[in-house]
Amino acid sequence: MAEEKKLFKVTIDGITIEVEPGTTILNAARQIGGEVTPPAMCYYTKLKNSGGKCRTCLVEVAAGSTADPRPMPKLVASCRTTVMDGMVVKNTSSERVLDAREGVVEFLLINHPIDCPICDQAGECDLQDLSYAHGADASRFDFQKRTFIKHDLGPYIQLHMTRCIMCYRCVFVADQVTNKRVHGVLERGDHAEIATYIEKALDNDFIGNVIDVCPVGALTDKTFRFKNRVWFTKPVKAHRDCSKCCGKVHAWLRGDEILRVTGRKDKWGEVEDWICNECRFEKKNVKDWVIEGPAEINRHSVISQGHYSGKIGTTKPNDTFSKVMNGRQPKTLMNIHDISQVNLPGLNLAAIPGPAHSTDFDKANQKALPKKED
Amino acid sequence: MGVKLLLDKAHIEGIRYFDVYRKNGGYTSVEKALKMTPEAIVEDVKKSGLRGRGGAGFPTGLKWSFIAKPEGIPRHLVCNADESEPGTFKDRYLMEFIPHLLIEGLIVSSYALGSNATYIYIRGEYAWIPDILEQAISEAKANGFLGKNILGSGFDCEIYVQRGAGAYICGEETALIESLEGKRGNPRIKPPFPALKGVWDRPTVVNNVETLCAVVPIINMGGEEYAKIGVGRSTGTKLISACGNINKPGVYEIDMTISVEEFIYSDEYCGGIANGKRLKACIPGGSSVPILPANLLLKTAKGETRYMNYESLSDGGFATGSMMGSGGFIVYDEDQCIVKNTYTFARFYRHESCGQCSPCREGTLWMDKILKNIETGKGKMSDIDLLWDVQRKIEGNTICPLGDAAAWPVAAAIRHFRDEFEWHVLNPEECLKRNYGLAHYADAREVVA
Repeated sequence: MAEEKKLFKVTIDGITIEVEPGTTILNAARQIGGEVTPPAMCYYTKLKNSGGKCRTCLVEVAAGSTADPRPMPKLVASCRTTVMDGMVVKNTSSERVLDAREGVVEFLLINHPIDCPICDQAGECDLQDLSYAHGADASRFDFQKRTFIKHDLGPYIQLHMTRCIMCYRCVFVADQVTNKRVHGVLERGDHAEIATYIEKALDNDFIGNVIDVCPVGALTDKTFRFKNRVWFTKPVKAHRDCSKCCGKVHAWLRGDEILRVTGRKDKWGEVEDWICNECRFEKKNVKDWVIEGPAEINRHSVISQGHYSGKIGTTKPNDTFSKVMNGRQPKTLMNIHDISQVNLPGLNLAAIPGPAHSTDFDKANQKALPKKED
Repeated sequence: MGVKLLLDKAHIEGIRYFDVYRKNGGYTSVEKALKMTPEAIVEDVKKSGLRGRGGAGFPTGLKWSFIAKPEGIPRHLVCNADESEPGTFKDRYLMEFIPHLLIEGLIVSSYALGSNATYIYIRGEYAWIPDILEQAISEAKANGFLGKNILGSGFDCEIYVQRGAGAYICGEETALIESLEGKRGNPRIKPPFPALKGVWDRPTVVNNVETLCAVVPIINMGGEEYAKIGVGRSTGTKLISACGNINKPGVYEIDMTISVEEFIYSDEYCGGIANGKRLKACIPGGSSVPILPANLLLKTAKGETRYMNYESLSDGGFATGSMMGSGGFIVYDEDQCIVKNTYTFARFYRHESCGQCSPCREGTLWMDKILKNIETGKGKMSDIDLLWDVQRKIEGNTICPLGDAAAWPVAAAIRHFRDEFEWHVLNPEECLKRNYGLAHYADAREVVA
């Protein structure tokens, strides 16, 4: 006779929920949802042994269980701590947690280049969200940031080691999704880096998934690199018959052009199923895909500000440059050289004593300016 | 002259070899233990009150009783010989000069825990010691104390020596287990604890060299007798590796009833401060524990004499006390610069952080950089508060104790020697030329005199 499973009662920030034994605090909080859920940078439900490393999901356990109601002395990583019956957890209601989380965010950012304006991950970056929610407005770190020697990971995956937060997710993907791992963590401490020991391309059929699991812009799609900002593209659900994977993806469109293909992500930013490299990198034509409809994007996400109009995948953007500019030619930043007086050919700026002033460039004074020697 | 249980035979010539060791009463504990039940040995160790000698001071008998005993799954005992704590070199002495004591302790402990394959994980820098241990193992094997059916008891045990590759972090028990398995030495996230899932997911106990050596006298004299030595919950004897500005650096065995003052100044032990200088500060338990200025070291905040044992050294918590730790006793005289010392430690912890969790990886780097600035006269007054804040945000928020170990020395240095940090900031040029000296935390002995 099947015995009825006993559910564990756990209270998180005053909200009580019953969960299966063996559930982690993080997953219990996700069942409640909303503010109660601690952020997670390294934990990934589909990857075994992931989590516990980034320390952003630290929570306070105010009471261990009904049987042993003592509080835990240290903050615990909610992604790796399983709930006990009668456990009382404090997340945002605990000053200690918020203080520790602020510290962790600061630590994650001190060596992060914060190059969001040129980062392809911007807009869907977990670290960006985290620092908006918990970060300070200024850095107290006035030292040179850490740099690394560049490693080339092949034609599909771009590695920016300076952005990496060492979540180990990509290592777990290579271990658990592909049949051979050729990259890993080298060195230790603050010099630890993700790389292949001997310069080698990541060429496994499923290795593209490291791009999806990467919480920051450390691993990005080379076929999408600098093509567009993610919030200008529109994600649609699409599928195709693929012999290797499920073939169910999000295709990111601009007009009727597919700029990028990723796995389908749920509301916690985790992919529903792994997809193969062929689907991800090779199939960039609308004809390759059956488009199902718009993807659900969190209302608060910057991506959702691009609205869908007309039939998806068939419209072209009608606000072209020439239309917007009413026939005039658009001026780009580079055009400033055409009108600038500063960069006159033959002008040797280095020879001006002290800082240059506008009067130095007056037409009348032009003759007095030192000329470049050829 | 205090009681000597571990080093009592250390002076005998040739004690490194089996014959001499056996002639001098060696391996009697194995003979005695094999006639007892494993449970009785664990009970005896519990009664002895032996506490882990690696640093944390967790009761060994209790740790042994936690080991899971599922049917059909082998259990393992691992000896943690990855002694990398700056200032600590007691295990090295034991392994180098009386290796058979460790082997004897390992056989008894393996029998108590039911471990048929026991490992010694030794740090890579002790390059010559694995040979000594392996020779001792082969001698013990040749004489029937290791291998199959030890002394006809039906108990099989093999001891393997595994060299580390030079990482401080591999002294943390779960990182040690990872390294032993041939993986990158990253600490595991606990729970599960090694007692449940350790080496190859089998129940494992990891013990320090000295702890395992102490099992030998416990079996020989009985747990209750052993518990009579020492005071309170600090039973038995403890090895202290004394170094720094003292006349007689070395490894000393103490019975935990002597005072810190006696330990530093008596001729039997450290023999006073070298070159007739005055005592400035001391780290009583290896680089990770808080540093104490002279006035708090010899007397507790309440004005009582401080003794060399677990309770007395940690009297007053971290505010006015420290820890017994691993017994790395580092003494500083008046000419030592606390800021430079803290910077050296911070550099060490930055170098040795595994880089797995963010507070430790980034925090140790940050502390190192700030301290370098202060030490070289480029610091700002706000840097001291920043440093305090950084260490506060590392402590307790990391996967393993390395984060705490990196934060504590910095916290204690600022807590007790803040004026010296401020002096460095205010006198950027002078601090490069001379040291701050003693200031108000003068030697308590002189204050009395």
